[in-house]
Amino acid sequence: MDFKLKIWRQKNAQAKGSFRTYPVSDVSPEMSFLEMIDYLNKQIIESGGEPITFEQDCREGICGSCGLYINGRPHGPMRRTTTCELHMREFSDGETIVIEPWRSKAFPVIKDLVVDRSSFERVMHAGGFISVDTGSAAEANSLPVSKHNSDKAFDAAACIGCGACVAACKNSSAVLFAAAKIAQYALIPQGKAEAKERVDRMVKQMDTEGFGYCSNTYGCEFDCPKGISVDFIALMNREFFSSKLCKQIPGKYTRKV
Amino acid sequence: MAVAGLFLMLFLVFHLATNLLMLAGDGGKAFANAVRFLTENPAVKAMEYILFAGFLVHIALGVILQVHNYRSRPVRYHKRLQTETSQFSRYMIHTGVIILVFLVIHLLNFFFIRLGWVALPDHAESRHDFFSMAVVLFQNPWYSLIYIVSFVFLGFHLKHAFQSAFQSLGLNHTRYTPAIKVIGTIYALAISIGFSLIPLYFLFIY
Ligand code: SF4
Ligand code: FES
Repeated sequence: MDFKLKIWRQKNAQAKGSFRTYPVSDVSPEMSFLEMIDYLNKQIIESGGEPITFEQDCREGICGSCGLYINGRPHGPMRRTTTCELHMREFSDGETIVIEPWRSKAFPVIKDLVVDRSSFERVMHAGGFISVDTGSAAEANSLPVSKHNSDKAFDAAACIGCGACVAACKNSSAVLFAAAKIAQYALIPQGKAEAKERVDRMVKQMDTEGFGYCSNTYGCEFDCPKGISVDFIALMNREFFSSKLCKQIPGKYTRKV
Repeated sequence: MAVAGLFLMLFLVFHLATNLLMLAGDGGKAFANAVRFLTENPAVKAMEYILFAGFLVHIALGVILQVHNYRSRPVRYHKRLQTETSQFSRYMIHTGVIILVFLVIHLLNFFFIRLGWVALPDHAESRHDFFSMAVVLFQNPWYSLIYIVSFVFLGFHLKHAFQSAFQSLGLNHTRYTPAIKVIGTIYALAISIGFSLIPLYFLFIY
């Protein structure tokens, strides 16, 4: 298969980038999207050029690092698929493919197609943790959790932190990510201890990072490779309101004791 | 946003119910009675201020939301987003602005006259004679057209707004959320069609 690739090239975070067009030929339909870029990079290197920089690690859809904005869709035209799991057979021969990095104030471009997603990390640092006892593992049955809740928490925990939700959102909002991370703790007993402060702090951090506000367009759910549901956003909103409405400030009592 | 929006949606229902009295075919008597009741009732007067505040809050938040969200993506995509989204959600600010423009025209026509801020058209009998005013205004096809078009856009706005408000408030339920979406569509249609019936009535039937 032959393609024309229009790829965003940018030397570093400060440089002004631009698109460059590369023709590639003899691409196997069985190649993954990243393999296709490897293949192109090999040719670029052989001809003495600077290869295209992109982020990748697991190449099996679990690390969340390979996000590319392909033809107007985060992770390309297939739903429930990361860029590394996407195959060239999904494109038609001779097609022009436009490849861009995620675009968001909170995800600045570092080089070519690589963005800095440490804003996600800081949202996690703000509240994405639980207190656990150290020492030997607790007896499993000492923490009852319903099957339904454990399944739901597991669905939420499937989020790989790729940032496609932000890329797919017209507001570049990160609520689907934050909601997944909040829900994975909110639904199980282990997460209860910090529940109130968690939602408060994660939401605040999200705003500090410069992500947009959610307006329920649900583009995030459509293009999330892990199928995280916007139901979790409603859950996050519930958690948020309950944390705001029933605040217990340590050391302050409504009635003197 | 959601709370103010839901409040405004409730107001629309009452407003439509009152307006539809104009179609009673009794020369506007039932409608005039309702208007008299509403203008003389102190509770309604108080509500008017809350309503005004509701509009202001909703508009202010809408603008803040839009500006902040626009700034959250300083470098735009070269290729437009192809991600599928709920259609009307993308144009909330646009439909919102259209509704705001209509609201200003509307207030100029009716509400400000009552306050004595704007001069009354000569044919109306009293400051509270909204019925004659409606007759005059709606028999002008251009005014009726503006009115109907505005309500079509309001319908688009509401189609997204109704279910979105519930989602924002965290009211989400495996069984009820699909029902809320259906009710939202019916509500949006009812408001659009309901209000549009009035100019159509004065244009073609009255
Ligand atoms: S919610 Fe989905 S799209 Fe967003 S970061 Fe997690 S896996 Fe990626
Ligand atoms: S490289 Fe790990 S998800 Fe694609």
